[in-house]
Parts: sequence; C-alpha cells; structure tokens
Amino acid sequence: MIGTLVRRLWLIPVVLVGWELLARSVANPFLPPPTLIASWMGERWFSGPLLLTDEAVDNFVPSIVRVIGSWAAAVLVGVTLGVAIGRIGRLADYVDPLVEFGRAVPPPAMLPVFLVLFAMGTQVQVATIVFGIIWPILLNSIDGARNVDRMQMETATVFGVPAHLRLFRIILPAASPKIFAGLRLSVSLALILMVISELKGSTDGIGYLLSVASNNADMPGIWAGVVVLGVLGFVLNSLFLMIERRMLGWHRGARRTA
Amino acid sequence: MLEIEDLTHVYGPGTPNEHHAIDGLKLSVAAGELLCIVGPSGCGKSTLLRSIAGLIKPTGGEIRVGGELVRQTPDNLAVVFQDYSRSLFPWMSVADNVALPLRRRGMDKQRRREAAQEALESVGLAEAGRKYPFQLSGGMQQRVAIARALAYRPSLMLMDEPFGSVDAQTREDLEDLVLKVRGHHQMTIVLITHDIDESVYVGDRVVVLSKAPAHVVGDLRVDLPAPRDQITTREHPDFVRLRGEVGRLVRGVDAPAPTA
Ligand SMILES: Nc1ncnc2c1ncn2[C@@H]1O[C@H](COP(=O)(O)OP(=O)(O)OP(=O)(O)O)[C@@H](O)[C@H]1O
Ligand SMILES: [Mg+2]
Repeated sequence: MIGTLVRRLWLIPVVLVGWELLARSVANPFLPPPTLIASWMGERWFSGPLLLTDEAVDNFVPSIVRVIGSWAAAVLVGVTLGVAIGRIGRLADYVDPLVEFGRAVPPPAMLPVFLVLFAMGTQVQVATIVFGIIWPILLNSIDGARNVDRMQMETATVFGVPAHLRLFRIILPAASPKIFAGLRLSVSLALILMVISELKGSTDGIGYLLSVASNNADMPGIWAGVVVLGVLGFVLNSLFLMIERRMLGWHRGARRTA
Repeated sequence: MLEIEDLTHVYGPGTPNEHHAIDGLKLSVAAGELLCIVGPSGCGKSTLLRSIAGLIKPTGGEIRVGGELVRQTPDNLAVVFQDYSRSLFPWMSVADNVALPLRRRGMDKQRRREAAQEALESVGLAEAGRKYPFQLSGGMQQRVAIARALAYRPSLMLMDEPFGSVDAQTREDLEDLVLKVRGHHQMTIVLITHDIDESVYVGDRVVVLSKAPAHVVGDLRVDLPAPRDQITTREHPDFVRLRGEVGRLVRGVDAPAPTA
C-alpha cells in the first residue's frame, strides 16, 4: 500500500525540488519558486480562523458548487433524454444530426451568447457548463440505450419484467458502461468550462481570482490559482473514478473472463 | 397444453431476402409431456420457439398455449435460451438473476429470495447465489438459466438447444438435471436440440422437422424405461433403434428400419 503510493508519487517531490532550484537560479519574477507560491497561498487562503480565510471561502465555494451542480444537472438531463431517445424506435435517427451539431459547437463560443442572455454571475456559468458538457453525455446515453442486447430485452419480455424494472434494472445497467464513458469526459470538461466562464463573466470564483491576479501581474497569485484548480480537478476525477469502479465492477469482471 | 395449427413464417416477405422458415407446421403437445424437437441446422427451430414464446408474430397459422391464442408472451411460459451468456444479466448477482422474474408473481422480497435459493439448490448451485455470472463456468451459467426458469414455475418451459455450448460431461449432467426437475415439477417441456441421441435420451416423444421451410416429418414416441441412465439407457435396443430412425428422418433418407 505505502509501497505503491511511493512508487506512484515519487516524481512529484522531485519535480518540485527541481522547479525550486531552477526558479531560484534564474530569479525571474514570472517563475516564482514553489515555496513562494505555497507561502502566498498559506497567507491569503489558509490563515483563517477555521483554516480558510474569507477570500478562500467566498471564491472556492461558489466554484465548487457551480461545477458540481451544473455537472449533476447535465447528467440528469443528458441521461434521461439520451435513454429516452435511444429506446424510442427511430427517434434517434432524427435527433442524431442535431446532437452532432450541438456537440460540434466549441462550448466557450457560447459564453458571449450567455453573457448577453443572462445576468452576470452563476446563471452564465451554469449555462456555459451545462451546454458544453451535455453532448458527450447525451450521445453516449443514446448509444448505450439503443444497443442493449436484444437477447436481454427478450429475456425481460419472456419473464414479464414490468416497465419500471426494465428501465432501472436492465436498460440503465446495460447502457452504463457507455454512459460512464460520457460522464468521464464531462467531468474534466466541466472544470475547464467553469474556469473559462469565471474568467469573464463573474465576480467570484477561482477563475475570477485568477483573472484578478493576472490583471495585477501577481505571479504567485496566478500560480496559486493554478494549483488549487489542479487539486480540485484531481479530487473530482478521483471521486468519479471511485464511483465508476463501484458501479462497473461487474463490467470489468465480465470483460476479463470473456 | 400447446397446439400449433398450420404455422407459417416468412422472414422479410416481399423483399429479395424473403425466406420461408416455417411452412404449414402442425403440432400438439399434451400437458406434462417432454417433447424434443430435432431438425437440421437452420431449418427454423428457433423461429418456431420464438413464435410460441410470442417474441415474433408468425405470418400465418395459430398457436395456442393452455387454450389461449398466443399474441404476446403467455403468462406461464419460461424460456431457456441457447446463449446463456447473453440471457443472464451480468450486472446482477446469480440470486438476483433468478429472483427478478418473480416480481411478476407478486411475491415479497423475502419469498423471492427463498424461491431463488430453492431453485438454485435444485440445480446444485446452493452456494452460488452471491456470485456474478462471469464468476461461473459455462455449464454453471446454463444451470442458473435453468434455475431462473424453474423458480418462475411455468406450466410450459421452452428450451432452445440449452446444452449446445457446454462440454460432453456437463451436457450429460444437464440432461439428467432436466429429467430430474420435470419429475418434481408439473411442467410441459419443449426442448429443441440438434443432437439426435440427446432427443431420444431425454424425450417422451421426438418430433423431427424437415429442412427449411420446416414442417413435421416424423413423430416418434419414446418408450424407454424410467429412470433413464446415461449408460444403460443408451445401450437399450429401443434407444439404438429410435436414434437410427430419428437420424434417418433428420437426414431425409427414407431407408427402411432394419428388421429385428
Ligand atoms: N430475423 C431474421 N430475418 C431473416 N431471416 C432470418 C431471421 N432469423 C432467422 N432467419 C433465417 O431463418 C432460418 C431459420 O432460422 P432459425 O434460427 O429458426 O433456425 P434454427 O433451426 O434454429 O437453426 P440452428 O440449428 O442453427 O439454431 C435461417 O435460415 C435464418 O437465416
Ligand atoms: Mg436455433
């Protein structure tokens, strides 16, 4: 356990020390050493009464709420719509081109539209994230629901499995490997879009802190934002992979033996 | 129990790929009978079974199960498909696979669990309930599929080449399993196979289908002494005679049976 951790993580301190040495030797203000970034973060964000300072709470929390809330909304809408489209006969044939088009629009391109459409603030971020990440979820859900093995559906028919169980115990699990492939993409995409939308149309959030630091040419501040985003992305991805591993254990097992 | 009158099925009628799978098939199965259907590969056996199960709508003729015209899957009918690996749900434990159909029987959770366990015990898989299908061998998975059908307590059980993809030893065990369970449950069984020996060994009656389009070319009663036994039954002179007859019918050779 500790052995594998060491084996997987040893490179991080090496890189940090290398960076520190390099930064000190070139002494360029655009490349602050990690120790400076760390002390900057400690002072500004982690010196509050309960660890976090007001600035940290006021900006981290909205970002996290936005990214998780938008992701959850996109998942709910995307999977529901996708499964419905995938299961209703020829509907997918008509909807497919539309979905392909929606997916082809680069999500940040919609930001100016939403900035005009909605009031500055959370609405803009939610709209940008949801619109950007819903396509891979939708496409994969359609694909997964459409390709449920015919034999499995016939088995359900023969044994008179009622409609709601057919949906929750057969169609959704059968489509879940595909659905999760879409979700995996959407997690990292949601974080990217959160930052982009906060850089422009926001008065709080980690992206907002980044843009403020950038306007002030505050190099340690920029790097601190990058570090926090990296950690947030890492945590969200790990959480997602944990859930995925639980939900798709059967799938990996079945594939190994197939 | 099961009456089939003038059954006809054409795949893709009116298209260039039109295929006559079944043509004027007539068959009647009494309650409690174990009927084996044999026929050459691709003759339309699965088509016949899927019509009985209400999974496809035949283009002509009538099928009645328990006197009722089949429009959708009859209530008391279970199927054991040939391809067990695709008909078991890999995301459910073995016990859940067996218990799922029992919701329709209006049993509560506790009763469903008990019924599933009982069925698993009757196929010799008492310990497998918590496992997942992929953790079992092919023969064990096919036994799970049989247990699922048994727990459902159908009055008519359809089996489509149920032992097609297991090794010879497992196959014999499963044949004996079918003979055992039909003794315990009041059930009519229609078993499709392409194995002539198997049809004579398991069946009370063997019906032989022609090449496509399928119709009945032979209908033989099997009067072998019970209980059947893999060694002695297969040595029985009647067994040898019957398998010869069935074999000839399947190959379409009209050679007369040797006179004893
Ligand atoms: N959905 C379909 N559309 C068109 N033709 C089909 C379809 N299903 C089966 N057929 C054809 O009908 C014929 C009979 O098929 P069926 O599966 O009933 O044969 P079978 O006797 O069960 O064969 P096997 O012994 O190989 O299991 C085959 O020639 C097959 O190609
Ligand atoms: Mg077949």
